[in-house]
Amino acid sequence: MKKRGSTFYLLMIPVLLWLGVLIVIPHLDMLYRSFRFETDDWEMVFSLNNYLTFFSDQIYWLTFVKTALYSIGVTILAFVVTFPVAFYLTKVIGKKYSGFMTLLLLIPIWIGELVTVYGWMILLRDNGVINTFLLKIGLIDSPIEMLFTNFSMTIGLLYMSMLFMIVPMMSALDSMDDSLIEAASDLGASKWMIFRQIIIPYTTPGIVSGGIIVFMLVIGDYVVPTILGGKSSLWFTEQIYNKFLMSFNWNEGAAFGFLLLVLSSTIVWIALKLSGQKLDKVGS
Amino acid sequence: MIRSLPCSRTYTATYRLYIILFYIFLIMPLITICVLAFNDSHYIALPWKGFSLDWFFANTNERLGLFEDVGLLLSVWISIKTGFFVALFSTIVGTLAALLFEEEEFRFKGALYFLAIAPLVIPGVVLGLSILLSSTSAGLYMEETFGIDVELLRPSFWLVVIGQFSFAATYVMLLVIARLKKFDRTLEEAGLSLRATRLQVIRLITLPFLRSAIFGAFIVAFLISFSNINTTIFLIGSDTTLPVDLYSRIKFSSTPVLNAVSFMIVAFISLAAIISFVLNRNKK
Repeated sequence: MKKRGSTFYLLMIPVLLWLGVLIVIPHLDMLYRSFRFETDDWEMVFSLNNYLTFFSDQIYWLTFVKTALYSIGVTILAFVVTFPVAFYLTKVIGKKYSGFMTLLLLIPIWIGELVTVYGWMILLRDNGVINTFLLKIGLIDSPIEMLFTNFSMTIGLLYMSMLFMIVPMMSALDSMDDSLIEAASDLGASKWMIFRQIIIPYTTPGIVSGGIIVFMLVIGDYVVPTILGGKSSLWFTEQIYNKFLMSFNWNEGAAFGFLLLVLSSTIVWIALKLSGQKLDKVGS
Repeated sequence: MIRSLPCSRTYTATYRLYIILFYIFLIMPLITICVLAFNDSHYIALPWKGFSLDWFFANTNERLGLFEDVGLLLSVWISIKTGFFVALFSTIVGTLAALLFEEEEFRFKGALYFLAIAPLVIPGVVLGLSILLSSTSAGLYMEETFGIDVELLRPSFWLVVIGQFSFAATYVMLLVIARLKKFDRTLEEAGLSLRATRLQVIRLITLPFLRSAIFGAFIVAFLISFSNINTTIFLIGSDTTLPVDLYSRIKFSSTPVLNAVSFMIVAFISLAAIISFVLNRNKK
């Protein structure tokens, strides 16, 4: 091994500090705290009680399962909704318009989740824009209750996450040679066959990295479920937050946080295995 | 299907209609906010009561406009400060990390890289709570052992900066790595063979090449910080950032001043996006 210069340490030390102090230690601490439990005599002991609370109380693990299923569902929905758009912008229309249309896609990302979610809240209220419009044209007689339901929550989650999927899919599609599609078409393949056997395999890396970003945004989201979701639309992050800042039971909160981390990592890992991708590729 | 292949008229028309509907879906919440910011009403939604600038400039008992609302302006200022420091620190450390992973070889490089991209697959809530837990533990330890109260370790302005930095650095790193992959290494080798030190090569050759990517990453980190709420909400002290302030207003006391703030954000971002678009186009 060659001798390392000072430059190496100049690069290495800040990175080690960042990852050690802010990523590794806090998560180990969280894991440690999740096994601490205060007995009736105010004594801190090691126990599995924090995890037992989770399994014994139905509301917790039901919310946990619901959060997982919803996040997967929204991710799939985001793919279905945005893939045609990504394809249109890269393969169908000319470069002249696609630049501007892509810019329009980026604006809501930069504006941020809170403002766009607030916009949806105004749209979906009982006296909101959509209900007022539907009443005016006489399609409905009384306002439809859309806000504070699973419907409004799904719309919000989809809206705030889907654009993060378009960008990686577009870069995958961009690098795809049009002649592949032309050749298949010349040989008599149907649109569906071209889609299934050429376009999808080619864009899998983009789809997977976009899908993981969407999934992580949705499963870890706190804003949409609390603003657009109602009392019935519980989300696991809400329960973690309540453990910390409402009931001040930090150890239980740590256990819940760790469960969420295990859940999201497991699903991401399965998705990577199923699609044959690697996490390092997802980053790029 | 693609530009070069002819398609049936219904197919083209349906596809185009879908794209139009998608863009309506995308822009609807933003347009709504922008219009309602000028509504002369006490409610955030419809009906439309006429044009007014009250929610920007009024200062009466009933209406407090954005530019008169000291609390709101303070949280904007705190968000700008937070964003600046987060962007500064994460740009520095993220760039160092990119150079480390692209240019150096060392043991456990793969493992360290995995840690560096881990924030992509850690829910923001978990990141926030684990940093809260370990900083509180550390603060308690400092107080008990040395009898000193370290303000940095309690929920405060700087803890928010630290928390946001912990994942913003990952995004900076990935953006800089993407640019480094296009870098012609022979330039560095030429520098080295001309007896420049490693540090001189980085300073005089590599960094100038990366300048625009680093600047872009700085902006991205600022925007990530400016709109973050999931991590921030656990670490915040008395210095409320804009998203947290907006969130609690949406939740508990919505007045149309929220529309005015949102309008300002939408207008600013759109303007910035259009300016950068035009500048980029002129360059080509």
